[in-house]
Amino acid sequence: MAKAKEQTQYREVSLSEFFEKNRHILGFDSPQKSLFMIVKEAFDNSLDACDEYAILPEIVVSISRVSDDIFNVTVSDNGPGIERTQVPRVFGQLLYGSRFHVIRQSRGQQGLGITAAILYGQLTTGEKARVETKRDQDDVAFRFILGINVKENKADIKTQEPFIWDRPHGTSVSITAKGRYVTGRQSTIEYLKESAVVNPHASITFVDPDGNRIHFNRNIEKAPYISKAVKPHPYGIEIGELITMAKSTSAKTLLRFLADDFSRVSDNTASEIINAAGLKAEVLPSSLNNKEISSLRESIQKAKLMPPSQESLSPIGEEFIRRGMMSIYGEERPEFYGRPVTRKASVYNGNPFSVEVGMVYGGYLPGDQPVRIIRFANKVPLLYQPGSCAITQSVFDLDWRTYGLEQKQGKGQPYGPAIILVHVYGPRLPYTSESKEAISSVEIITDEIKAAIKQEMRMLKTFGNRKDKMKKVAEKFNLFRRLIPEIASKCSLILGKDVPDINPVVSKIANVVFIHEEAIQADSGYNIRTEIFNFTRSTHKFTLKAVFGGMEDRSTDLEISDLKPAEERVFQNFVQWPGQYPGTDYYFTGIDVSKIQGAEPLPGDWDLRNSEVEQDG
Amino acid sequence: MVNIKTDEVLIKLVEKMYNELISGEVPELKLSSRTKDNIVFDQAMNVWKYGGSFVSRSARTTDGAQFMAKALYTIEFIMDMIKSQKSSTLREMYYISEGWKDYKFHTQDESNMLAEDLEVITTLMREDFKLRPEENGASVIGNITIEEKNRKGEFKRINCRDDVGDAGYTIPYNVENDKVKLISHDADFILAIETGGMFDRLVENGFDEDFRSVLVHLKGQPARSTRRLLKRLNNELGLPVFVFTDGDPWSFRIFGSIAYGAIKTAHISEWLAVPAAEFIGITASDIINYDLPSDKLSDKDVSALNSELQDPRFSTEFWKQEIETMLQMGKKAEQQALAKYGLDFVTEKYLPDKLSDVL
Repeated sequence: MAKAKEQTQYREVSLSEFFEKNRHILGFDSPQKSLFMIVKEAFDNSLDACDEYAILPEIVVSISRVSDDIFNVTVSDNGPGIERTQVPRVFGQLLYGSRFHVIRQSRGQQGLGITAAILYGQLTTGEKARVETKRDQDDVAFRFILGINVKENKADIKTQEPFIWDRPHGTSVSITAKGRYVTGRQSTIEYLKESAVVNPHASITFVDPDGNRIHFNRNIEKAPYISKAVKPHPYGIEIGELITMAKSTSAKTLLRFLADDFSRVSDNTASEIINAAGLKAEVLPSSLNNKEISSLRESIQKAKLMPPSQESLSPIGEEFIRRGMMSIYGEERPEFYGRPVTRKASVYNGNPFSVEVGMVYGGYLPGDQPVRIIRFANKVPLLYQPGSCAITQSVFDLDWRTYGLEQKQGKGQPYGPAIILVHVYGPRLPYTSESKEAISSVEIITDEIKAAIKQEMRMLKTFGNRKDKMKKVAEKFNLFRRLIPEIASKCSLILGKDVPDINPVVSKIANVVFIHEEAIQADSGYNIRTEIFNFTRSTHKFTLKAVFGGMEDRSTDLEISDLKPAEERVFQNFVQWPGQYPGTDYYFTGIDVSKIQGAEPLPGDWDLRNSEVEQDG
Repeated sequence: MVNIKTDEVLIKLVEKMYNELISGEVPELKLSSRTKDNIVFDQAMNVWKYGGSFVSRSARTTDGAQFMAKALYTIEFIMDMIKSQKSSTLREMYYISEGWKDYKFHTQDESNMLAEDLEVITTLMREDFKLRPEENGASVIGNITIEEKNRKGEFKRINCRDDVGDAGYTIPYNVENDKVKLISHDADFILAIETGGMFDRLVENGFDEDFRSVLVHLKGQPARSTRRLLKRLNNELGLPVFVFTDGDPWSFRIFGSIAYGAIKTAHISEWLAVPAAEFIGITASDIINYDLPSDKLSDKDVSALNSELQDPRFSTEFWKQEIETMLQMGKKAEQQALAKYGLDFVTEKYLPDKLSDVL
């Protein structure tokens, strides 16, 4: 409510003037953070624009040093471009394109960012920004040199000229500003890297002040799902917002206002709400006084409404998270990629939101270091203020020891070889500040975050169990295939006798069909050698389903027929896999569960488990 | 001298495994369980030996099969040594096992343990296997004359008081009669001393001559050969053995291994243990009575004492009381703490007092 009120006031005193005095609120406080903010605002706009038009983004970010503490930031994209006449408003006016009254999840939520960045550059260096843009349907591109007229909150255009651009469409923004270039956890490069994790459909190039180029490749050739813009849901709407909407609506009656400007409100429900509030359906919405609005709001909360539509949500998605984490963290050769978890949508203050969690575990990740939590809000990496963020607080609230990680007294910072991605998304997330660096710890949100993390971590536990199982199977394999043969050959060598046939002994100990695999690293993947041995005294026929890396979309059926006692059969498969291969899950059908080791009954075959009565010692 | 027999015993062991494999049986080796819980007192021998509980090393399990494979490599190595009339130290065997790849020993403890397991299985001694420990430098000073076979194969006569330097006669790893002969002596008892510092003090104070004693430096936990020599001196010359140690749980264990036999070598206790040995080391009571400078018991000390309370070898009135008193006081003391009362206190007061109780 406070936010909405302030914003109304900004308009009255000139938003630009307000910003000049309060730029820290928007994140432009220290020189290093300001430089980061400029990149972030321009880069997020590029991604939003590309996604909106389903263009696979190609974005180049370059920072060059003008003098010791003055830098030039240029962000160029292959986005849709901006219509020439819109440029002054998009770049030169704070709060243009405000998405008030329709809600939709996007990276930049209020169209305030890029203008603030230009204004910051102007205030610190006196330099104007350079904007180049071209749409596909235009013949020429336009180059603007523009600043901001602070008093009047509008663009101050120095020059605008057409030019021939070698690209079909796109936008390039170049801002010169005071700043400090840093690397590390709260830096431009980290921001781009984490952005690359959740945007595997983007090709991102970064050129640092020393001219080093860092490239994050595109890893998926498809545009992400984009949320639809929807009207606000009336549950939990703040009173200030309701007042603003009532004042500015084009609806002529209260009934039409409720039924047309909100989602999930039918004409019938609208009249019920109005009646319950003791108001008249025909009144002009802007004529309501604060007291009437207040009783309207109360009766809205009591009305029976369908929950908000989830169409306004755009998750990163399981496939994108998996691909993104694989490509960016693959160099750590993780042993395990958790299948990303997406929660069902919940509602906070009338707005839907949801949570996604992804994880990589093991490999070269250091086991004695804090677990890395990478935080995202609406696909935007959150690098600052981890301590006050709902994500961090949820992580610290959970007992990680259950999942085999270390944590003092089951609270606070967990330690272990893991990177956990947490994405909270939805239109109008509650942030702790205007610069949107941390999500507020609202109970329903932290509950959802915790539930998502728990769901994800249970997979790690399953993985751990599977690893133990695999280790035991490997040990048995070693016993049958190496140790006992070694004992036999050593005995015969010492005694000068023939090597005895060990199969009777092995089948006495094992009496199972044994599945063993070796994964040999090859170019961009692994050669998986599946070896099947019959240590029993009978012939078997069955089917083995090999699920490579535990990914159900990568599986193959191996038909094993007429496998005679003491017979060995080998299958070879190649699996594309970045990083360390976590092993294959084998499932069987057509053989008794007590006669096979190294594979599980196919889930559809669970009833077989009950026949697990006779077990051969 | 027992080469042929050793050979045969080992071949028999391998044949047993081979025949099991041939007949489709899972090979298995049985041996006495070598733990504190399987130590029983042998009335006839007057020593503690392994009891009736056995462990089985079976090829059914990875650990058991691993043990068997390593034992076979070791047996092969021993038979090669017997054939080529060589011997090796336990340490050398540990290094030689590097060439056994997957079946190499990971620590020397592991290889020592396996050699001992083979002793237990075959009832042979590691000397039969051509395996010997490193010399550990334990030594003897006193009026006793021995003959030791030198590298030329000649027996050389040595008086352990007159023919040696201040460090004394160094005990070789083999002290059997074919190597060391006990010729004559002029002494009343043997004093086995835990630390080098105290050994040197008694030598300097001429305790061996003044008290007609033979001083044996144990060098901490005594090696097999040191214990074997004590046993022969006691057995063959009839000399009583007194053990003078620090006052802490580890020193009690030193005494235990001399008098009762060590848990690790309980299969040969009758060879090594001196049941008549008496403890005259620092006791908890000494710490109080002599007001000795002391140290606090560490956590490890306390758990060692508690484990001794469970150890059947220490379940006598004397040991129970000493161990419990030490636990109550929470203190331990070194032999050299006696120097609080001057360098001569140990030889003029402490030892004469203690000896008068037991002699």
